[in-house]
Amino acid sequence: MQTFFQQLINGLSLGSIYALLALGYTMVYGIIKLINFAHGDIYMIGAFWGYYVINQYHVDFGVALVSSMVICAALGMLIEYLAYKPLRNSPRITALITAIGVSYFLENGMSFLFGANTRNFPQVVASHRFTVFGVAVTNIQLLIVTVSLLLMVALQLIVQHTRMGTAMRAVAVDQEAAELVGINPNHVISFTFGLGSALAGAAGVLIGLYYNSIDPLMGMVPGIKAFVAAVVGGIGSIPGAALGGFLIGILETFVQAIGLSAYKDAAVYVVLIVILVVLPAGIFGKNVKEKV
Amino acid sequence: MAARWKAALVWLAIAVAGFYLINELIVVGVINSFIENMLVTIGINIILATGLNLIIGFSGQFSLGHAGFMALGAYATAIITQYLGNALGFYLSMAVGVVIAMVVAVIIGIPTLRLRGDYLAIATMGASEIIRVVLNNLKITNGAAGMYNIPALANWPTVYVLVCLTTLMIVNFARSRAGRAIQAIREDDIAAEAVGINPTKWKLAAFVMGAATAAVAGSLHAVYIQTIAPSDFGIMNSISILIIVVLGGVGSITGTFVAATVLGVLDTVLQSFGTLRMVIYALALILIMVFKPSGLLGRYEVSIRKLFEKKGVRHGTADSHESE
Repeated sequence: MQTFFQQLINGLSLGSIYALLALGYTMVYGIIKLINFAHGDIYMIGAFWGYYVINQYHVDFGVALVSSMVICAALGMLIEYLAYKPLRNSPRITALITAIGVSYFLENGMSFLFGANTRNFPQVVASHRFTVFGVAVTNIQLLIVTVSLLLMVALQLIVQHTRMGTAMRAVAVDQEAAELVGINPNHVISFTFGLGSALAGAAGVLIGLYYNSIDPLMGMVPGIKAFVAAVVGGIGSIPGAALGGFLIGILETFVQAIGLSAYKDAAVYVVLIVILVVLPAGIFGKNVKEKV
Repeated sequence: MAARWKAALVWLAIAVAGFYLINELIVVGVINSFIENMLVTIGINIILATGLNLIIGFSGQFSLGHAGFMALGAYATAIITQYLGNALGFYLSMAVGVVIAMVVAVIIGIPTLRLRGDYLAIATMGASEIIRVVLNNLKITNGAAGMYNIPALANWPTVYVLVCLTTLMIVNFARSRAGRAIQAIREDDIAAEAVGINPTKWKLAAFVMGAATAAVAGSLHAVYIQTIAPSDFGIMNSISILIIVVLGGVGSITGTFVAATVLGVLDTVLQSFGTLRMVIYALALILIMVFKPSGLLGRYEVSIRKLFEKKGVRHGTADSHESE
């Protein structure tokens, strides 16, 4: 039982990172139906930005987190403007290949400029270990889960209770109808990219703190897993992405805990395929019936 | 009818002429082993990408797991040629790889082909990753270290002939009754079903056919490169095959040939740039997609038959109408 709770804590910490990333995927996909392959690389940039400001300006954790979110939001909006906006009306597969191109560009650009080696993320928050009923919890794990949950609540408030959030939901449902009532979809899409990228930036700083190491290719695998999380939760649904992220994180930790760590990635994909076959729209997704 | 045969003969002549041209250039020394290597890589990529183009371009199914099927072919060859290291063993292993890939494609395809668009892409990607993880952990495949010392049983003529054969198969398949059924499903599956086409069956047929050609390419890759490891067949490899298809133009086999060649040459030329290579490659990819969203050739197809038919119409003969 102790091991169970221990793994649950580990899974929740990892899962909140996936959830933050999955939220970005799900919002972008919900609005322009694009799998933003570069999303995982924005998370990498977020981690590198945190590394840079902490080492260079000796700022504390909060400043690093917020500045990373701002930088990533700006970067996300810039990428959307330069690479995806010209392709708004092209086949979706073209936009997808462009997203892959952007991802390659960020990964290799960072390797080229700063080297491909792994770096140690500065430990700006001293790690403490608490033992509660025999379960070890570090303050960093608590920090990750708390910050993630706060960001998710903030996101939910933005999407449900602000004018921009209402506009986002409107564009996701029907872009043309939204335009007719005076919403500028370009602003909304740009804002969505900014919001998603800010969450990715936060996730980047948090993972740097948790795993203590960053490198230019760190975004690839978590990016794909976070997308899987978004699909499992029901793509386009914000609570679904959060739930999917936690599920994938917990699943991965438990598969690892029972000694099958070599198969942990396979387990994630098996769950993906099973969920897609049983619930094609994901857990919280709307199943749209096709009309002839 | 006559135009069809004339076109077939011209294609055969082009294939034979191309073979002799490469052969002569090697004898003269214009093509050194470096360029020969590039040509073989381009050839293998053409086999992979034409197969994927059948799935994506003709049947409209978005598959992101092509490298997984390639891995099955490569590992079948690597394992069988350990015991039977001659040409017979190679072709036998290729056949075994193709059969395994087809069986796996049916197993993956039946549940996942019900999904659409991006969901299918993500499911096939997952399936291909599962194949890779299994290869990474089996004893017979030597785990993550992969297999090496695979006997060199293929040279450029083998690849050349197989490129011609697989392309011929795929083009003929795409133009057959089956191919028209598949394209009808791509355009509108409900309308296709209404005229008696079973969408699941034909989508599966295209998927299995694509998987089979990927296995052929995998076998060639194994005996030409002589070392394989599970990491050679990851998501990034599936994506690079997809890039060839989209860059050339989805649904255009000619485009696939052009894109595979352009990317192969680009890759070789940029080799001297080191890390900058991938940065330039990525930028080129983004720019081509932003300025030419339908790919280099769109849906354009070089057709010698059409050339003959146009001439036929101009001379007032009727055979162009018969040949269709």
